[in-house]
Amino acid sequence: MFGLGGGTCSYQEITETDVILLWGSNAREAHPIFFHHLLRGLDNGAAMYAVDPRRTSSAEFADVWLGLDVGTDIALSNTVAREIIARRMHNQSFIDHATTGFDAYAESVEPFTLDEGERLTGVPAEAIAEMAHTYATADRAQILWTLGITEHHTAVENVLSLCNLALLTGHVGRRGSGLVPLRGQNNVQGGGDMGALPDRLPGFQPLTDPQVRARYESTWGCELNPVPGKHLTAMFDAMEAGELRALYVIGENPADSEANVAHARKLLEGLDLLVVQDISLTRTARMADVVLPAAAGWASSEGTVTSSERRVQRVRAAVPPQGDARDDVHIISELAAHMGTQWPATSAQELWDEMRSLSPLHGGMSWERLEASGGLQWPCPHDDHPGTEFLHSWLWEPDLDGRAPAPFSVVVHRPPAEALSEQFPLRLTTGRVLDSYNTGAQSAGYSSPIRSGDAIEISPADAADLGLAEGDTVRVSSPRGSVDMHVHVTDRLPTGLVFTTFHFPELVDANLLTNDAWDVRSGTAEFKAAAVRIDPLPAATAATGGTFGTAAAGSTSGVAAAGGAGG
Amino acid sequence: MADLHFSDAEPTASERRAVLAALSVTSERDGAVVFEHPRVVRAGMQRRRQLRHQLLPALHALQREAGWISPGGLNFVGRTLGVPPAEAYGVATFYEMFRTEAPAHELSVRHVCVDPICALAGAAPLAEHLRSQGHAVHEGPCLGQCERAPATFIQGRREPDRVPADGSGPDSLLVSLTATTPEAPSLLRHMIGRDRDHSDPVSIQVYRERGGGAALDAALRLGTDEVIAQVTAAGLSGRGGAAFPTGIKWRAVADGDGPKHVVANIDESEPGTFKDRLLCELDPLAIIESIAVAGLTVGAEHGWIYIRGEYPLATQRLRHAIAQARSAGWLGDDAAGSGQPFDIELRRGAGAYICGEETALFNSLEGFRGEPRNKPPFPTTHGLFGRPTVVNNPETLLNVNEILRIGPEAYRSVGTEGSPGTKLFCLSGHVGRPGLYEAPFGVSLGELLELAGGVQGTLAAVLLGGAAGSFVGPDAEALPLSLEDTRAAGTTLGSGPVMVFNDTADMSAVIERLAKFFRDESCGQCVPCRVGTVRQHELVTQIRRAGSPTEPQRELLGDIADAMGDASICGLGHTAASAVLSGMRLGLLEAQES
Amino acid sequence: MSSGNGSTTSQVTVSIDGHEVTVPLGQTILAACTAAGVDTPTICWAPNLTPVNVCRVCVVELEGSRTLVPACSRPAEDGMQISTDSERVRHSRRMVLEFLDSANDLSQATEITAWSQHYGADAGRYGSAVNDAAEVEISQVDDPVRIQDDLYIRAYDRCVLCYKCVEACGDDAQHTFAIAVAGRGFDARIRTEYDVELPESACVYCGNCVAVCPTGALQFRTEFDLRAVGEWRPDDQTVTRTVCSYCGVGCNLELHTQDDQIVKVTSPADHSVTSGHLCIKGRFGWQYVHAPAFEPPAADTSASEGPSPDNTGS
Repeated sequence: MFGLGGGTCSYQEITETDVILLWGSNAREAHPIFFHHLLRGLDNGAAMYAVDPRRTSSAEFADVWLGLDVGTDIALSNTVAREIIARRMHNQSFIDHATTGFDAYAESVEPFTLDEGERLTGVPAEAIAEMAHTYATADRAQILWTLGITEHHTAVENVLSLCNLALLTGHVGRRGSGLVPLRGQNNVQGGGDMGALPDRLPGFQPLTDPQVRARYESTWGCELNPVPGKHLTAMFDAMEAGELRALYVIGENPADSEANVAHARKLLEGLDLLVVQDISLTRTARMADVVLPAAAGWASSEGTVTSSERRVQRVRAAVPPQGDARDDVHIISELAAHMGTQWPATSAQELWDEMRSLSPLHGGMSWERLEASGGLQWPCPHDDHPGTEFLHSWLWEPDLDGRAPAPFSVVVHRPPAEALSEQFPLRLTTGRVLDSYNTGAQSAGYSSPIRSGDAIEISPADAADLGLAEGDTVRVSSPRGSVDMHVHVTDRLPTGLVFTTFHFPELVDANLLTNDAWDVRSGTAEFKAAAVRIDPLPAATAATGGTFGTAAAGSTSGVAAAGGAGG
Repeated sequence: MADLHFSDAEPTASERRAVLAALSVTSERDGAVVFEHPRVVRAGMQRRRQLRHQLLPALHALQREAGWISPGGLNFVGRTLGVPPAEAYGVATFYEMFRTEAPAHELSVRHVCVDPICALAGAAPLAEHLRSQGHAVHEGPCLGQCERAPATFIQGRREPDRVPADGSGPDSLLVSLTATTPEAPSLLRHMIGRDRDHSDPVSIQVYRERGGGAALDAALRLGTDEVIAQVTAAGLSGRGGAAFPTGIKWRAVADGDGPKHVVANIDESEPGTFKDRLLCELDPLAIIESIAVAGLTVGAEHGWIYIRGEYPLATQRLRHAIAQARSAGWLGDDAAGSGQPFDIELRRGAGAYICGEETALFNSLEGFRGEPRNKPPFPTTHGLFGRPTVVNNPETLLNVNEILRIGPEAYRSVGTEGSPGTKLFCLSGHVGRPGLYEAPFGVSLGELLELAGGVQGTLAAVLLGGAAGSFVGPDAEALPLSLEDTRAAGTTLGSGPVMVFNDTADMSAVIERLAKFFRDESCGQCVPCRVGTVRQHELVTQIRRAGSPTEPQRELLGDIADAMGDASICGLGHTAASAVLSGMRLGLLEAQES
Repeated sequence: MSSGNGSTTSQVTVSIDGHEVTVPLGQTILAACTAAGVDTPTICWAPNLTPVNVCRVCVVELEGSRTLVPACSRPAEDGMQISTDSERVRHSRRMVLEFLDSANDLSQATEITAWSQHYGADAGRYGSAVNDAAEVEISQVDDPVRIQDDLYIRAYDRCVLCYKCVEACGDDAQHTFAIAVAGRGFDARIRTEYDVELPESACVYCGNCVAVCPTGALQFRTEFDLRAVGEWRPDDQTVTRTVCSYCGVGCNLELHTQDDQIVKVTSPADHSVTSGHLCIKGRFGWQYVHAPAFEPPAADTSASEGPSPDNTGS
């Protein structure tokens, strides 16, 4: 945000903040050790508001849970903004000093009165007002989010709407205040930082900037294609259009993890060539023409990963790769060699040194410093730089450190792409649970005593309406497909909402249901909002049976890291 | 804060009712988690923190209703108050009065004291007799009725707790050697709230007509600094055993930042001690007045009474007195017209000697296990709920009333230079008239025994200070009972128990029981006390069986005593070997010839 | 706003066995002892937990204090005169160690037994349950080992009630409160409510309790199983620090490997992200690394079973 793709705060700061808005994040289960820091903040007296359609285990720790309708985040944030402005609780001097576009923004949120907010989100006006006042008047406040914000067809606008709140109140760029997207995977931050994005070069530098490109071209000794590539979702569109005929998949299991996965599988099957490089034989790998077995990077490779607080840390090889598996770098280098290019630098440290010579954010992170310290947080431009705890302190500098002010964004509330209908009257949303991870490639490998399997969670009122009891077997159908699941009745869901995880695709193919409508700016599909119907099944006809958890435990049939948006 | 995870066990309807009746909330959806709206739920740390201190009352309610703390009942309490079930279970299993296994009967439980004085007086046959009558009997530690041993206490099942001996007229047991003039201090003679004709204490109207409320008036007139100056000038020290100067304690709390607390520690559980029970039963309004004096003097908003669970009559009378004091305006948002808020809440203990230790009391009151805290920090800065706290027992607090009544100079006219004022002594065992005696500090042990009707038979030993005190022999009759003289003699007054044994008592059995008492009452938190009290008891048992201690056994008892005394967290461990060692030195562990 | 930035911390100077040492204000006597190069036994103390000062093995003699004081929790104050090796200190430390040894199975508590030797603790002084002449039973903590799942075991006869597991499960880290101390005195034990089995309790299997246990009362199943067959060989183990492969928080892991197999996962207590604590995935979710990830195609079974020596050239 504001030019850098990283959370603005350090974990330490959540222990010092006064108000926490946990928005679309079940960090208690999805980011348990970050949640330890957050708990320390609560112990220290911070107030927390949890905004989530579900009353999650994280929301249990909140002073107030606000159960908004799925996909109404912008309506809620705009209502919060309007209330703050109407009460004159916005930080006018900060707005004047450090931002642009306030007037247009204020005008855009004007229709979002508390009553309108309540109508759009389902959250009572008083609770919205309370959260707005508490956030605006806090000395220090943070907004944290995860995929509940980004797995929507309005992903980027959702994020921008939260950024607006921080600009409105000045809760960014100061210690303890900020905007914190919690990263879903151990190196989703590092991947982006290293240029694993269609339009970026390492160091989060724009591919389209000729000066940047020239530096890379001179170091790499080749010419770079200046046209941004395609992100994952666009690739599937290109497959559909017949423009993309060969795919090289590294550490991703789209045949399980894509929304509307039946469609994705069909497209993958239609490719001329599918190459998969992964740590296990995922469903995608089983469809591949060529499989390149890879080592588990974190345990069998040397290198770095970057966390949600922009901390670059070393991973080290502790055990040899299994069987024929090889380190990713080794495989790619070999491929390059086969293609006729012998790369000079192949050790992790050599690659790192080359990268930091090109990326100002990482310039000061020598291998030795990374080895010696508990990691360094970018930006860390030179060898004496201690790394950066929180971003955007320039917003508070007298001259903005010579930078352009931060813009407000006018964001429009658009409901989920798939409206509820008579045929599909329930809203399905998906998420993670504590002991499992993505499509299970890693987490299915150990025997968890608390593994629940993929049940369809449903509110007591809906269960009663449908005549369902705990443990019943049902068929869940969306316009795209059907899966059979057991029922789990819970008062943590409001009426009209059902929930499932996606950790056990070999047993319950939950992504057959999810919607592949996607955000044009991020390429993220709307995993969080599908319309479904639930039909009771006689137990005998159920396609799935037994305890999912037991069946999955110890099995190696799980699959690699799932797609998701990764924030 | 916790991941609250409960089993499927549900409370019975009556358990639910009983718990809610004991709590400040009206339903389990209005407690730690408030279901305000289908889309708005309030929970969080602050709510849970504010509710936690109601755990003990909730457990009491369950125990009385169901005869035990059932899983369903515990779940209900945990959900309502936001207490994790493992923690609530840990608390429930800490106390003598709570059971966590279903009882085989529907009866109220008769507790029979088996500590030394009651044992001498026939506790074992009494228990046997009660059992034969079909009663549910629980043999346990001191019930604070040593003047009328053997003691029993009925823990009610769906009925109020009660003590059968209550109402049998304690007057004859109250004797004061002091206050021959109204200008001299005397707690017992100036017990104006006590109705001499009826068993119930007087109403607040009568109390005031007789001059009650004067201490409160004086405190408001004099103001914080002057009250503390007078208490300091009077040389008042705490009467619970530690003898800490009260003026210093109050000054420190008065200087601290609010919110602040005053706690009346009425958890006297020292075997041989029953003075605070009688004070509360006979003059409850004076106790309330004295707590208000302390609260308004140090600027506390919250007053608390923590009283032994085994004191139902005192509890009932204090509750009544609090209600009267509220309606009379002594307590409330403008307490006694002071302009300050001050009110008092009463909490019952549930059977744990350790909870008389002030920091263990705080933990117990806050809804945690009654384990003592390490000091420093001291209660004056980090007390109840981590706030500055005055904690005193009723005898100490009533002495403040006396100081305000007659002034520090007159107060010092009795007692010794080092121990001004009077002391309440609890006489029990082989004396003519067991009971509560008030005498100036410095009275000799012999005088006190005479006052109590003299020793029955031939004196063998006196246990001063209770289980945490030490034995003195017949040669100690001349010992002046002051803080300084007892300290010089290597013994202690403690909270004032004087347990008298003649030569018919099996002293090694008495000592073994005292060792067992500490083994049972150690909270288990620190290693020296948790294991030391067990090893001490085992050794005493071995010695007793063998007839006399060997030299290695003497040495080992000394080694254990040194470690408990030096390295334990709290006073329980520090004193757990004192009676045993002193008894061994007096030869009381040697087999008696008879 | 900027409090704590760059301001100099005030210091206190204390005397440890006659040698002056200066530490920052707020540090404990234990920290001062460490700074003075004095090794102090601890059982219930850990760098990532709030001191509970219950084991009392760290007690020191403080001039002016009636009793010994726990070094682990007592803040150092200017001018304190502290003795760490006086007769009183040695006596209490010896007795604490002797008490524990007389009550518990300390066979896997190597640090504690080393200190016991150092201080000459002799648990035999109390006799034993079997051969005592006066036939008085010597109480010991007796509790059969509990094996209720594949992740860790509980052997409470080894438990010295140091409270570390309770703290790690509770408000020092995990805030799950699945376990607490129940009962009183010598009968106090670490328990779930009504001693229900772990999977029925609030336990979320983070294993943070296991990581802080000083006696092996809580033990990872991998270690327990290897010990059972005599194959637990700490001297042959290597510890490699890396980063967890699950979510994006960046928890540092210490992979303990023996014969190229991961046998235990811990986290450094001094790391800013974890403070030594992990979740179930980071702690236990590593097994797939050793799973035969790729079932070779049926026609090709001869080629790549196990670690073949000619891999490197391919």
